[in-house]
Amino acid sequence: MSNAVSALPGAAHAGIASVTEMGLQGMVTLRGDHAEIAAAVKKVAKQDLPGQRRINGGLGKGVAWMSPDELLILCAYEDAASIVEKLDKELKDAHHLAANVSDARAVFAVEGPAAREVIAKLCPVDMAVFEDGEIRRTRMAQVPAAFWMAGPDTIHVVCFRSVARYVFDLLATSAAEGSGPGFF
Amino acid sequence: MSTRLKSGGRLIDRSETLKFQWNDKWLRGHPGDTLASALLANDQTLVGRSFKYHRPRGIVASGVEEPNALVGLGKGAKFEPNQRATTAELFDGLIAESQNHWPSLEFDIGAVNALVPKLFPAGFYYKTFIHPRAFWKHVFEPVIRKAAGLGKAPKDRDADRYEHFYAFCDVLVVGGGVAGLNAALQAAKEGKRVLVLEQTPHWGGRSPVDGGTVDGKPVADWINDTVEALERMDNVRMRRRCMAAGIYDHGYVIGYERLTDHAPAKQGPRHRLWRIRAGHVVTATGAIERPLSFAGNDIPGVMLASAVRDYIVDYGVSPGDRVVVVTNNDDAYRTALAVREAGLVVPAIVDARPEANGALPQAARAAGIMVKTGTGIAKVQGGKRVTGVELCAQAGEGATLETLPCDAIAMSGGWSPVVHLWSHTGGKLTWDAERAFFAPDPSRAPVGHDGAPSVSVVGAAAGDLTLPAILDGAEAPEETPLRPVWMMPEGASADKRLKMWLDYQNDVKVSDVQLAAQEGYESVEHTKRYTTLGMATDQGKLSNINGLAVLSDALGQPIPQTGTTTFRPPYTPISMGAIAGEARGEIFQPLRRTPIHSRHEAAGAHWEPVGHWRRPYCFPKAGESHRDAVNREINATRSGVGLLDASTLGKILVKGPDAGQFMDMLYTNMMSSLKPGKCRYGLMCSENGFLMDDGVVVRLDDDTFLAHTTTGGADRIHAHMEEWLQTEWWDWKVYTANVTEQWAQIGVVGPKARAVLEKLGGMDVSAETLPFMTYAEGTLGGFDARVFRISFSGELSFEIAVPASQGLAFWDALAEAGAEFGITPYGTEALHVMRAEKGFIMIGDETDGTVIPQDLGLDWAISKKKDDYIGKRAQERSHMTDPERWKLVGLETLDGSVLPDGSYAVADGTNANGQGAVQGRVTSTYYSPTLGRGIAMGLVLHGPDRMDEEIAFNTVSGGTVKAKIVNAVFYDPEGEKQNV
Repeated sequence: MSNAVSALPGAAHAGIASVTEMGLQGMVTLRGDHAEIAAAVKKVAKQDLPGQRRINGGLGKGVAWMSPDELLILCAYEDAASIVEKLDKELKDAHHLAANVSDARAVFAVEGPAAREVIAKLCPVDMAVFEDGEIRRTRMAQVPAAFWMAGPDTIHVVCFRSVARYVFDLLATSAAEGSGPGFF
Repeated sequence: MSTRLKSGGRLIDRSETLKFQWNDKWLRGHPGDTLASALLANDQTLVGRSFKYHRPRGIVASGVEEPNALVGLGKGAKFEPNQRATTAELFDGLIAESQNHWPSLEFDIGAVNALVPKLFPAGFYYKTFIHPRAFWKHVFEPVIRKAAGLGKAPKDRDADRYEHFYAFCDVLVVGGGVAGLNAALQAAKEGKRVLVLEQTPHWGGRSPVDGGTVDGKPVADWINDTVEALERMDNVRMRRRCMAAGIYDHGYVIGYERLTDHAPAKQGPRHRLWRIRAGHVVTATGAIERPLSFAGNDIPGVMLASAVRDYIVDYGVSPGDRVVVVTNNDDAYRTALAVREAGLVVPAIVDARPEANGALPQAARAAGIMVKTGTGIAKVQGGKRVTGVELCAQAGEGATLETLPCDAIAMSGGWSPVVHLWSHTGGKLTWDAERAFFAPDPSRAPVGHDGAPSVSVVGAAAGDLTLPAILDGAEAPEETPLRPVWMMPEGASADKRLKMWLDYQNDVKVSDVQLAAQEGYESVEHTKRYTTLGMATDQGKLSNINGLAVLSDALGQPIPQTGTTTFRPPYTPISMGAIAGEARGEIFQPLRRTPIHSRHEAAGAHWEPVGHWRRPYCFPKAGESHRDAVNREINATRSGVGLLDASTLGKILVKGPDAGQFMDMLYTNMMSSLKPGKCRYGLMCSENGFLMDDGVVVRLDDDTFLAHTTTGGADRIHAHMEEWLQTEWWDWKVYTANVTEQWAQIGVVGPKARAVLEKLGGMDVSAETLPFMTYAEGTLGGFDARVFRISFSGELSFEIAVPASQGLAFWDALAEAGAEFGITPYGTEALHVMRAEKGFIMIGDETDGTVIPQDLGLDWAISKKKDDYIGKRAQERSHMTDPERWKLVGLETLDGSVLPDGSYAVADGTNANGQGAVQGRVTSTYYSPTLGRGIAMGLVLHGPDRMDEEIAFNTVSGGTVKAKIVNAVFYDPEGEKQNV
């Protein structure tokens, strides 16, 4: 969609870690009994059901566990609407809710050896033991956020679109030069 | 005089000299100095004035317990008051100033208070400044506040940044002395994740000064080896300059790390607040030495014995050439030996005990130091500094037997374990009568969720005051028991007790505590507040135990019966900046922006905060007042077309086979009967029947509803829905999703609204295809659009939702297409005025948590057919059906003026409280440019039955304004304009 722009196109900051806005990303919220929706998820999103607080895949192609009756499907921005359609079709006899939430979100990458420390300044999460394949829905300073490891030194952060500036500023402030706690 | 010794000082680097400023005077120190040691090295024994009497105050201690040496540090945006000189590390260019004196530190007019201390006994303020009552606020308090107070509040905005850090560990060790390091090593060897916090810049605590050996080697070697071993372990993290400020439930501990206070040129945050979750906490917080209560014990030059040897050994600073040591225990003999070793004179060790034959006293005698047992201090000579000491028999009343000239006194009344952190979450204490201190009782430890102890205590903090008691293989001279001494001499006369300071900072004396007891104060908590003992910034670290011992004695009861006051975090004051963390400036609070925010900003919007959102209140043009802008926006909308960013409206999807049933319970109206493609306005009430939210519900398909909520209601109503679904109706097949931010929503409002949309093209928006209160999906001008024909203004109106990412482009497209029709962006105030002209209620104006829909004449929106909805039963209660409840009406002033907001309708007589009676109040009031007069809505007693009656409303300036009761719908009462 040529008219579509992400919350903070091109926003970037460099410090003890880099912070970069990731542009438009496809996201679909899927609520339903995990056992009942697993097959449709496999068929439509090509992903296995993730376990509790786990994520399979990542941005553009992945599925994340959100709650005992909610998943987040990650896809290309352009594909979100058709994935909702396909899920609705596959699950027409199962009680579920699928909604395109791609535009409700902003996504940032925090990258560098101190990426974990940047997050640990803002989120009450034990980043020392946070592993690849885990996702955490949590609080980032004063707003909700979710994140997962997208590489050994890369963390992808999802927040609501309206607070994209706030979250970017939080991450950039926390990544200021000379501010690394050197804890991990 | 105090001075720098020619040699010694294990912590300082003599090869380098630092310059620092003290009250505009440049002085010199060395790296490794504290401000306190550097001041002493410059013979600056007088460092401040006390709170009440403005008595001269000198440095007493060498650590966090310091009550006197509070100074202002830094300048301008870096200024911070009430900083302890004993914990402030010296750096080149440090600027410090003394506090609480006028006109100067050396000459203080307030000190006249001290000439007549009998005028200021305990509870003096309470007793004296009672009558006349009005004098307290206007005369007594301002004068007292000016005379009292410590540091000045900073005037400039803080230049530094701060941050938080969340850390997790299995074992948190608080204190990096020998006991703490040993505990850390044990836990680390078990493979646990260990974090060690040490409040000072140095590992090892007191041991390097106090001496002793471990496995035949100096204890300092053991400390170095252990620190190195710990630093090599992957599972151990160590932090210096990081104080554990408080322990809370569930292993939560606050740490306070000072990163750049000692090195202001360093990059990064000044302080870091550690928010730690620990599986288990070990407190190794050491012990604090107690002062002795003798007459004149507050004169500069009287110091704790441990502090005297710290300054000599750590900093190579002598507090005086002739140091008299006064003690009730063996430990203070270490100070005498250290003084002697530094080549200075100890005229005598004054020991209150009848005899002193332990290893340390023997060593002192062997060194040729005179030991006077059974002796006490009758009186300290001197004013701004110690000049001598008069000795007496400890057992007597204080007749002077002998006078010794000296310039420093090192006192020790024994040691008190630092039990603060142990006590924060409920750890209990036991009085150890033999050693005269409160120590943690391991059988009554703080417990965690599982009932097991969550905190344990080691080292001096546990009462193990000697090295061999802490560490296997350690050796140190054996110490003989102390003798508790709470007053010196035992039978001191009243005039002596008037000069025995317990609390140096707040000027509380032995006589004050005794007076409180005499006046009937029995509880230690009450006595604390009455006398202000322990209420200063040091929270009584030196004074508490002495004070409660004096109180116990005065009450004739044992010390444990008196007990301690409550220990509360933080252990020592922490900065407000650290508590705020990153939350300042731009990120003080999250600011929510709609996708169109930047366009509003560029258009010069005047903002209104709505929750965390910023919404344009109006769009003033150059030179235009806000009111004029609002009027222009309304006129343009009603005569042409207006544009509203309504993206902040809550949008919640409700889907499932039981969605209709669920919506019927949530709303007072019938929602299950709504046909797909149709919209219906609905009301939501709380369980107690009060109106809590409203909005338009759209049925998207058989299974799916879209519930619009108020801007502020989105998260709250979504949570409300989930709560009912998860706790009460868990077996209903309904899912909800808050999709508020998925959509940018724009209102195109006014008689020319349809023309604008037709120009964009792509969807049939005619009255036939898309009648009032319906909705359609399609592509509008190339945008993926959901078009709702709903109106909050009374005009022909379309609310169009597009994906948020397209919102900005869609706004621009509407502005461009609407240009030929004079399309005018309008803000929240125009929205409010237009809805009021139509008599539409606003949640938060017409409602305040006490209003039910029936009060607002909204009975039409309450289904009579439904068995139940949330709030139904509450609305049947007698008070809710009371005909005396005030009801909504319109109000028109007779003179056309705008009624004051919140104004009350006055009635005859008075109410039960003797106040003027009232019969109604204004809920919304505006100037209506459409009608050219003030309009208002209000709740009025029997209002709907009193049409055309005139009632009076009070005004802010006094007097009243007359208004006529009218229909609340001022504009287009037939609703013809919105339905075209």
